[in-house]
Amino acid sequence: MTDFFGVPLPALFGQLVLGLVNGSFYAVLSLGLAVIFGMLNIINFAHGALYMMGAMLAWILLEYLGLGYWWSLLLAPVGVGAIGIVIERALLQWLYKLDHLYGLLLTFGLALIIEGFFRHLYGVAGQPYSIPDELAGAINLGFMFLPKYRAWIIVASLTVCLGTWFMIEKTRLGAYLRAATENPALTQAFGINVPLMVMLTYGFGVGLAGFAGVLAAPATQPGPLMGSNLIITVFAVVVIGGMGSILGSVFTGLGLGLIEGLAKVFYPEISATVVFIIMAIILMFRPAGLFGREK
Amino acid sequence: MIARFSPAALGYAGGVILLLLAPAVIYPVLIMKVLCFALFACAFNLLLGYTGLLSFGHAVFLGAAAYITGHVLKVWEWPTLAGLLAGTLVAGALGWVIGSLAIRRQGIYFAMVTLALSQMVYFFFLQAHFTGGEDGLQGVPRGDLFGLDLAQDQNLYYVVVAIFVAAFWLIHRTIHSPFGQILKAIRENEPRAISLGYDVAKYKLLAFALSATLAGLAGATKTVVFKFATLTDAHWHTSGEVVLMTLLGGMGTVFGPVVGSSVIVTLQNELADKVGSLVTVIMGAIFVICVLAFRRGIVGEGIALYRRMIGQKNGR
Repeated sequence: MTDFFGVPLPALFGQLVLGLVNGSFYAVLSLGLAVIFGMLNIINFAHGALYMMGAMLAWILLEYLGLGYWWSLLLAPVGVGAIGIVIERALLQWLYKLDHLYGLLLTFGLALIIEGFFRHLYGVAGQPYSIPDELAGAINLGFMFLPKYRAWIIVASLTVCLGTWFMIEKTRLGAYLRAATENPALTQAFGINVPLMVMLTYGFGVGLAGFAGVLAAPATQPGPLMGSNLIITVFAVVVIGGMGSILGSVFTGLGLGLIEGLAKVFYPEISATVVFIIMAIILMFRPAGLFGREK
Repeated sequence: MIARFSPAALGYAGGVILLLLAPAVIYPVLIMKVLCFALFACAFNLLLGYTGLLSFGHAVFLGAAAYITGHVLKVWEWPTLAGLLAGTLVAGALGWVIGSLAIRRQGIYFAMVTLALSQMVYFFFLQAHFTGGEDGLQGVPRGDLFGLDLAQDQNLYYVVVAIFVAAFWLIHRTIHSPFGQILKAIRENEPRAISLGYDVAKYKLLAFALSATLAGLAGATKTVVFKFATLTDAHWHTSGEVVLMTLLGGMGTVFGPVVGSSVIVTLQNELADKVGSLVTVIMGAIFVICVLAFRRGIVGEGIALYRRMIGQKNGR
């Protein structure tokens, strides 16, 4: 059997892998959004712009400093996280007592600033960024050729997601974090520096976005506009999954990526909108989201 | 005996007179553009400022109406009035559908849901044939209205002013009606509005649909003015712009969105040639400054200042 409902199997598997790749980005980004929302009560609209910044930093490091992919994978997320910390200290910390909507509006403004700034410097076109030598080429699995870099994106994203889950659910630091999310005043009273944790959480959350950006750099040509449409899809993923559970957002992200991949094979016309259609259906039958609790 | 007028009534009268005289000084097409966006922002403010619902997808109603009106006028060759009505009604119907899904979630999720649904419609416009995809609809005829040849900017100007004033009056009446009071009650304290026996979902949906309809009227008018409809109208950037206009002018004030949209449209007009892509950066910076330091907006701050002065005069 070499095809499935008239679609050749290698093409089907190829699209499924691509779907998992996209799903990995959804997972990492929605995870970051959920962690930030839990601590700061802010939906970080700048997440897409910071993801783009991660990819552009990788390109800048290569172009101006000659630092390759592996250095970027380490340095760019740290850089994005540091910028996030500056943003939190300078701007976001004044909003915690206000309506949540102001956080969304401020980070929307930030997204415009970051995107406009990079567009001003580098134009709208994507920049060339090649796959590192170690991950070039493909593995023959017998039923399909699996490009190594795509496999790497999936493995690296899942590792980071699981690591984050482990850190939050199983370590002492994570316990502080959960306590501060649940009841900041009481946690502070126990002598834990909550504002510091809030700051580090935002830095970490946007660092995740930066990491996803570096992962994406060799797969898509990094350019100033790469984050803005993605973040809207990620919002839909967050609405579908709800922000209550870390593994829930990972699972939702991957699942939606797979569905998108399937849509590309069987009904390409809706591949761009299938996530939003699923969101509409979820809203009709389970408004709180798959893993969400209505507050 | 001197008849006493409220400041608001004087403001309205002054505004209308200014509008009627303005084309002598300012290029009428620019004022028409400002009026279209002002109407758009007022419609949006009905939702954000008076019902407390932040829709991050309102551009889609502007865009939908712009496309429908363009298509009806250009391809079906309907009269202008029918084209305007068709665009407005389709936007209203779309608002009803999107609204009934979005009101199932609250607060921040409401914003994300409206944004995502509008992105879905945006992709539909991108792929559909009648919209002309990336090129948009070009060369839409303005036609005529009640014997007025709208190809003349002067004639069209007074039609646009009439549409704007009528819609503005409708919004003003809505805000000050019992219906508007219930919307404000929902904004201030939704659980209490529910406990008072109001069907909150129904009122929210009505407000959403009304807001979408009026946003549609703005989009339909815009197509007639500029003779084209493009994807930009439906893009989330435009959704963000209308939020900015309302925020800058003062959300929850009657005149705020008008002031905000005048400032933003003028700024964009002035800056577009000078700073190029930095316009986005400037818009973003205005956003950040408004949220951090200027949440009442221009008109809101003005009202607060006025009240403080009145308070001082009364010796408080």
